[in-house]
Amino acid sequence: MAEIRFTNVGKRYAEGHDALIGVDFTLESGEMAFLTGHSGAGKSTLLKLIMLMERPSRGQVWVGDQELNVLPRHQIAWHRRRIGVVFQNHQLLFDRSVFDNVALPLQIAGYDPQDAARRVRAALDKVGLLMREKQNPITLSSGEQQRVGIARAIVHKPKLLLADEPTGNLDPQLSEDVMRLFEQFNRIGTTVLIASHDLSLINRMQRRTLVLRGGRLVSGG
Amino acid sequence: MAEKSNTVARRGAQVHRVSQRNRLSSWLRHHLSVALTSLQRILRTPLASFMTLAVLAIALALPSFMWTVVHNVQQFAAGWDTHPRISLYLHQQVSDERAEQMSLELMLHPGLSGVELIDRDKGLQDFARYSEFANLISLFERNPLPAVILVLPTDHTLLALQGLQQELSVLPEVQEAQLDLEWLQRLGAYLNVLERFTWVVSGLLALAVLLIVGNTLRMTLESRRDEIIVTKLVGATDAWVRRPFLYTGFWLGLCGAILASVLVFLAMEMIRAPVDRLAQLYMSSFSLQGLGAQGLTTLIAIGVALGWLGAFVSTGRHLREIEPS
Repeated sequence: MAEIRFTNVGKRYAEGHDALIGVDFTLESGEMAFLTGHSGAGKSTLLKLIMLMERPSRGQVWVGDQELNVLPRHQIAWHRRRIGVVFQNHQLLFDRSVFDNVALPLQIAGYDPQDAARRVRAALDKVGLLMREKQNPITLSSGEQQRVGIARAIVHKPKLLLADEPTGNLDPQLSEDVMRLFEQFNRIGTTVLIASHDLSLINRMQRRTLVLRGGRLVSGG
Repeated sequence: MAEKSNTVARRGAQVHRVSQRNRLSSWLRHHLSVALTSLQRILRTPLASFMTLAVLAIALALPSFMWTVVHNVQQFAAGWDTHPRISLYLHQQVSDERAEQMSLELMLHPGLSGVELIDRDKGLQDFARYSEFANLISLFERNPLPAVILVLPTDHTLLALQGLQQELSVLPEVQEAQLDLEWLQRLGAYLNVLERFTWVVSGLLALAVLLIVGNTLRMTLESRRDEIIVTKLVGATDAWVRRPFLYTGFWLGLCGAILASVLVFLAMEMIRAPVDRLAQLYMSSFSLQGLGAQGLTTLIAIGVALGWLGAFVSTGRHLREIEPS
């Protein structure tokens, strides 16, 4: 079954700039792929369409068996709960602890607090930050913040994991670790799509790579 | 493909399902925790919160105070033992002797508790004493004033009074029988005006409360913009994001109303002494009533409802505008 399917997707912003033009691709369930291209090539826009932070100007986007074009506004929250996202700028909240940041998706989904605490610690353990759970994320290094963001993205065991430049602020060793982490999730069945411009890393991973250039998918589709 | 998804299921990386019962208990838990955290947030900035609450309290206290006053005046008017009178104006040609005779006859009337004759001479004296037109009287050759008999009916119901007035007006000596209810009607009219005025003031101040709460929450919303965006990104519904703000509105309304009831209490205490003195002058047993349990309940219910509504209206539109991009 296809986890993500784009058919002839175009996105034109209000000011007339075409971010995506005629994008066609299918990502199978359980696949792990990279999305690359220069900055401004449309990587972020493509991820935003999957997250429903944007709507396409033309074409269809499917996630699982849901066509996103026909998903009403009030269903967007439920759609996002099925996806884990690692944001480029972390999107952490500095008014609460690391633990509470990671627990946020579980709180929103209404998990039992004890169950949630167990899952949060498991996720923090996976990214190696269990000892930091009580700290405020603002006291952590950029790499550690990125890993808190990863823990938050995977804490509810989503079927689909998206990552926007997850290694942007990390040194090569940490980048490697983060990639191994993504591979681990992929191995237990999570579909993973990683937007990155770190070509050497992508080459080392030897996975399917979607290449965007000027909004068009030029390779890997 | 099918095999693949089976593997997925077995390894447990599927979407976690929250059961119906868990959903209800987590919903309740979330309400409780949100109610507490929003109260804590209000208390965390005591000075700013106090300013808002003070304005809310004044806006709620003023109409409550006015309603309490209206209520008191109504009580006062109802408790006033009014002695309605009927004034019988006699024809000019009725002699003083006949007028005297008639007043004695009326004393035997079972429907009357008192009779007073104001003969023409006394009427002239009174007129000269109380009216600025007294010197006009001297222009007349003879006393132009009629004799008047004032009677006090025993039965004070309007129907009985009107019946009595009808009965007395057809007596041959009587030119006109005037039922003296005017001042009571006037008091009733004043009360109506006061009540209407209080409604208008209450409406305007309710609107003010809505705007104050709405504006306060709009600012809070703006200051928590990042948090709203992040929660929306990880799957929060509009209702989930809105909940803490609705509770903030609830707390503002509740605390404002409680503060307002204290203000009303103080205001009533301030006017108590002069009102008591006034009541004494009128030999009335009237005593000033405060808000009372019913008034207090109403005030708090209205405060809470307005706080919640203000939050509801102001967050509805603004929350839609705050979207991750």
